Amino acid sequence: MKVPEFLSGSHEVQIGGPKIVFHFDVFGIRINVTETIIISWAILIALTLLVLFLTHNMQKKPVKKRQIIAEYLVGMVDNLIKNTMGKKFKSFGPYIAALFASSIFGSLVSLVGLRSVTADYSTTLCWALMTFIMIETAKIKTSGIGGYLKQFINPLNIVSEVSTPVSMSFRHFGNVAGGMIITSLVYFALTGLSNAIGLAVPVFTVGIPAVLSLYFDLFSGFMQAFIFIMLTMIYIESACSTE
Amino acid sequence: MHYAGGRMENIMERALVLAASAIGAGLAMIAGIGPGIGEGFAVGKACEAIGRQPESSGAVTRTMFIGCAVAESTGIYAFVVALILMFINPFLGKL
Repeated sequence: MKVPEFLSGSHEVQIGGPKIVFHFDVFGIRINVTETIIISWAILIALTLLVLFLTHNMQKKPVKKRQIIAEYLVGMVDNLIKNTMGKKFKSFGPYIAALFASSIFGSLVSLVGLRSVTADYSTTLCWALMTFIMIETAKIKTSGIGGYLKQFINPLNIVSEVSTPVSMSFRHFGNVAGGMIITSLVYFALTGLSNAIGLAVPVFTVGIPAVLSLYFDLFSGFMQAFIFIMLTMIYIESACSTE
Repeated sequence: MHYAGGRMENIMERALVLAASAIGAGLAMIAGIGPGIGEGFAVGKACEAIGRQPESSGAVTRTMFIGCAVAESTGIYAFVVALILMFINPFLGKL
């Protein structure tokens, strides 16, 4: 019997960077628009519409369910920041919440078959560099340019400064990309197993990867997003404190 | 004869680079010992703490998970190096 294309399973291990969907040239520089950029934009628009929906027509005393949900989410973020950083950092709430939402939704799109946004090193590097710039700015604000440059007399401090964004970005990227590679290897192996037994339709790929994705997608995505924002908050708080 | 010899050398070079990459990827994953021992130790301490004070089990579990995820990072670095060597081998392009 003729098996349609999408049912035939994966016959080769496709592990590499994201596909380039289209490209355009601006001033002679070629800009590649990859899958990551398109999915990131889709997540951004979806989150914006969700937030606009939750905060539409707010009243002083909440009547609708969506306002109660919105207030609950804001309260949760404020609590987290108060417990981790202290009360005077309340203005960091929006940044931390946006980072957490981007990270967890970026990892969870792999549940619907798209390539995770955070499985592309550019994404996590960008977030880690933003945190790095915030940490350095906080340090310069706290101890002035002179005090900031004086700490680099000891060269080990340079290493520990540079290692902060590198380790944060690689931790997030490595966990998500490693999970993606292991999942695709499992699909390939299960397709091979089904074909070796003689079935044209790979029935073994039906249940087992779903159980694996409980760990690799749900647990790992949530934990990495949570760790990323916890480390961001801890580094910024320790940079702002005068010691 | 000279041309046949040249092509053979190219295959030998490629085979050498591939073999070395495979061995390197295997050696890189020796770094998996570190997180295993470290996280096992951390979980043991967490179990002790919960045994001593059962009502703190929520906070202890959360802290343990956060600590484990940070301690995992060196294992993940080694994993990324091994994956790069196995699948997107950059040394072949330099041949």
